[in-house]
Amino acid sequence: MDNPYRGVDVISILDFGRRELELLFEYADKAQKYARSKIESLKGKVVALAFFEPSTRTRFSFEVAAKRLGADVISISGEEAISTAKGENLADSVRMLDYYSDLIVIRHKYEGAAKFAAEIAVNPVINGGDGWQHHPTQAMIDLYTVQKLFGTVDGLKYALVGDLKYGRAITSFLYGLTRFKPSAVYLVSPEQLKPREEVLTKVRELGLKYEVLESLDPIIDEVDVVYVSRIQKERFPDPLEYAKVRGSYTIDLKLLSRAKPGLKVLHPLPRVDEIALEVDSTVYAAYFYQASLAVPVRMALLSLILGGEL
Amino acid sequence: MSNATLTVSKIRSGTVIDHIPSGKAIEVLRILGITGREGYRMAILMNVESRKLGRKDVIKIEGKFLDAKELNLIALVAPTATINIVEEFEVRKKFRVAVPDVVEEVLKCPNSTCITNKEREPVKSIHKKVRDDPLEFQCMYCGTIVRVG
Ligand SMILES: [Zn+2]
Repeated sequence: MDNPYRGVDVISILDFGRRELELLFEYADKAQKYARSKIESLKGKVVALAFFEPSTRTRFSFEVAAKRLGADVISISGEEAISTAKGENLADSVRMLDYYSDLIVIRHKYEGAAKFAAEIAVNPVINGGDGWQHHPTQAMIDLYTVQKLFGTVDGLKYALVGDLKYGRAITSFLYGLTRFKPSAVYLVSPEQLKPREEVLTKVRELGLKYEVLESLDPIIDEVDVVYVSRIQKERFPDPLEYAKVRGSYTIDLKLLSRAKPGLKVLHPLPRVDEIALEVDSTVYAAYFYQASLAVPVRMALLSLILGGEL
Repeated sequence: MSNATLTVSKIRSGTVIDHIPSGKAIEVLRILGITGREGYRMAILMNVESRKLGRKDVIKIEGKFLDAKELNLIALVAPTATINIVEEFEVRKKFRVAVPDVVEEVLKCPNSTCITNKEREPVKSIHKKVRDDPLEFQCMYCGTIVRVG
């Protein structure tokens, strides 16, 4: 297969089909060899990290991935991002970074910011999260994690739990599943945080069947993957409502006592209390393993886009 | 003969937008970007009798020929509208407006954190039609659905 990633933007996981994602997985396998060393395949390239919204994991893992491949990294974050937010507009910032670098990774609180940046930049743009909309590289990591854990993404039963309305990682994961053949997809959230109608419409158009539920209880004994996302307090005008909802979506040992033996729990992290600490040491916990795959997957993606060999 | 032609003289050449739902003429002008300050001789008839609609609005603009792309925007607020292109007092062309598949800089995205609503950014709103009945467009930047009409 020719490299379909060469020079492309990564705005949504839906920009990629199954074969492209599988090629990425192959590259991620190769990249794992270098997860503790360094190669020079992107020597001379500059990767710009433009994080206009706070991030540690995504920013660090992109930085490490770029550096392991021998690329140089420049970044806007913290103070600069704040001063940029006050003064220079996004378009000008993107233009400047585009002159200085070969690829821009952008995170921004406005939905559509990455698409807009990609329209301005000549070089490729990777969406590191735009508001509540997309987080395509997280979905790539998550799908790859499932692939590694089960040897396949197909034929499994998935429960997506938590904030399905504003959670960009979990929404992107759902979009990503449309490229595969899961045997069941359960969307589990409180009424207020059900997926947006346009997301469900899209998923249906792409032929994915799903079931909307308000509790994990009835399906915990049949699912293979539980993907958990954080329910944020800010999403609830009434603190009592939040308190009520919060507890009922916590993954703990009591809930897992009825789980299938092979069940795996994923979470894009950071977590607060949606997964009880007691779960960490069980065979169900796959979220730290998932986090460990962020660097190889991002190395694979950067290599494919910038034409570096692995 | 409709009331409209009784009360306002025919135009020599220009565009007649007929069968606008009653009360929508002002919105039609707004979507066309016509303020009245352009200097065209123009008649706006509102709430006149219509055999088809009961009541309707009509706009006649002397000396102005709108292209199909502009005219199709009318369908967003007045799907029943018909267009007559008049030359030398004769109707040369007559057609219905059709809802465009993509509109640029016409609809505002209702999502306040959409990049198209960020101040001082050179970004145009672009919407794609996703449904006819009810008429719905989708923001190409954030995916938010806008129901029109
Ligand atoms: Zn929008």
